[in-house]
Amino acid sequence: MERSMLRVKQKRVALNSNHAVAYAVRDVDVDVIAAYPITPQTTIMEKLSEMVANGEIDAELIHVESEHSALSAVVGASAAGARVFTATSSQGLELMHEVLHIASGMRLPIVMAVPTRALSAPISIWNDYSDLMNTRDTSWITLIASTAQEVYDSIIQAYMVAEDPRVLLPVMVAYDGFLMSHTYEPLNIPEDPTAIRELVPRRDRITLDIDKPVTMGTITDPRWYYEIKYQQVKAMQNASLVLKETSKTLHEVLGRKYEPVEGYKMDDAEVAILTYGGLFGTVQEAVDIIRDKGLDIGAIRLRQWRPFPSEELTHLMHDIDTIIVIDRAISYGASIQGPVALEVYPIAARMGVHVFSVIAGIGQRTVLEKDIMGIVNKVLDYLDQGVIPLRSIYWGVRGGE
Amino acid sequence: MSSSLPSWSELPPGGIIVEPGNSVERHTGDWRTFKPIINNDKCIRCMLCWVYCPDGVIRIIDQEYVDSRGRKWDIILDIDYDHCKGCGICVEECPVDAIDFVEEVK
Repeated sequence: MERSMLRVKQKRVALNSNHAVAYAVRDVDVDVIAAYPITPQTTIMEKLSEMVANGEIDAELIHVESEHSALSAVVGASAAGARVFTATSSQGLELMHEVLHIASGMRLPIVMAVPTRALSAPISIWNDYSDLMNTRDTSWITLIASTAQEVYDSIIQAYMVAEDPRVLLPVMVAYDGFLMSHTYEPLNIPEDPTAIRELVPRRDRITLDIDKPVTMGTITDPRWYYEIKYQQVKAMQNASLVLKETSKTLHEVLGRKYEPVEGYKMDDAEVAILTYGGLFGTVQEAVDIIRDKGLDIGAIRLRQWRPFPSEELTHLMHDIDTIIVIDRAISYGASIQGPVALEVYPIAARMGVHVFSVIAGIGQRTVLEKDIMGIVNKVLDYLDQGVIPLRSIYWGVRGGE
Repeated sequence: MSSSLPSWSELPPGGIIVEPGNSVERHTGDWRTFKPIINNDKCIRCMLCWVYCPDGVIRIIDQEYVDSRGRKWDIILDIDYDHCKGCGICVEECPVDAIDFVEEVK
């Protein structure tokens, strides 16, 4: 009952995930925004431009000539102590790539929204997670949201985590381009953003200051570089803890609880389907249908991609025999080609759980409940034959095996 | 090899340099292959070496000097070899060839 005392008053609104981002950015009171338009990110910046023009946000909105410049501009602003925001998708995220490493290496608490999109060539403006998965080793904390509500909440949490002195790393909040970025959903947002601002107090960190000059992003010879990169390893470890703490706070204040991995009907499951983003809703529906047919199946949603929640996933996988990982990205030439499946594999191997890597939804090829059921049947066929293929299953590709 | 240096937790986050002006502690002179040596007898004190030096290592020293032609100077020029990288720009720019460039064998 004490918790409800803290809970803020909220209103029900209909927003797509891109607009949910804009409202969250407004509510945390950012100082500097820079971005370059790219589908499907563009409507975030359209909404933010509108909010800045209307005086709803007291921020500098910098129009830049590329995504490389967009991230560089917020790197500079963040180094000077500003609270910053940027957003991009697909090729834009690729163009930012070198600056992604600079942002994390300089330990700047930048927050970026990434409505995910397939990569060129051939050109596809539609969704998959190829762009996000290419950022795997950039030392950005990465959350993948499944609903517009979670997108709003995750942006708030991103600032809470990024700016924590134990962390000081940039955060990406990713979600399905188009399938979520342009799809309206009901969600609750605080009536008064003051409560949100109390969650993200302005905290001291070392910044560019003419009265106390510092040098950031300096050159380091072989005697220094390793220790500074090891700091990032430790910061990423700390991020796991801070994500947990801030999830608890958000639960108290907003009434919504997020876990690094979320189980659905896992209690008695022997087989689990693991996926991320908006596809989890479809998987949940399919799990219900398959359960009605008598198979003890459950589902796992990965929310926290970096840092990878190995312990929590181990706990969820405790009683299963088989895990099916559905990836919407391809790691070309890898042993198994689903990027998340590759991360699940060492955990499953220690537990003696079979891993099936499935590739689906590439370039937004539609994935419906019947596809999930088809994938499960295919995996059951393999298990009947006693075969665990050491390669991915390419679901729905014309002419595939 | 590096046990006397600070550990990762003792360094500011991201290796930020919080002590301004500490570049003098970095002795870049050991990058040098050729060493410029100013011949104060030939030197006409035009200061072009001081202007062109990208590292600011040309030192102007208040000291009386009489050259072999009998001309009196109030200063001599010298080089801070702890920080001279041996780029040779001063040698190239000197209008009277008063700077020798000698290979250093270490």
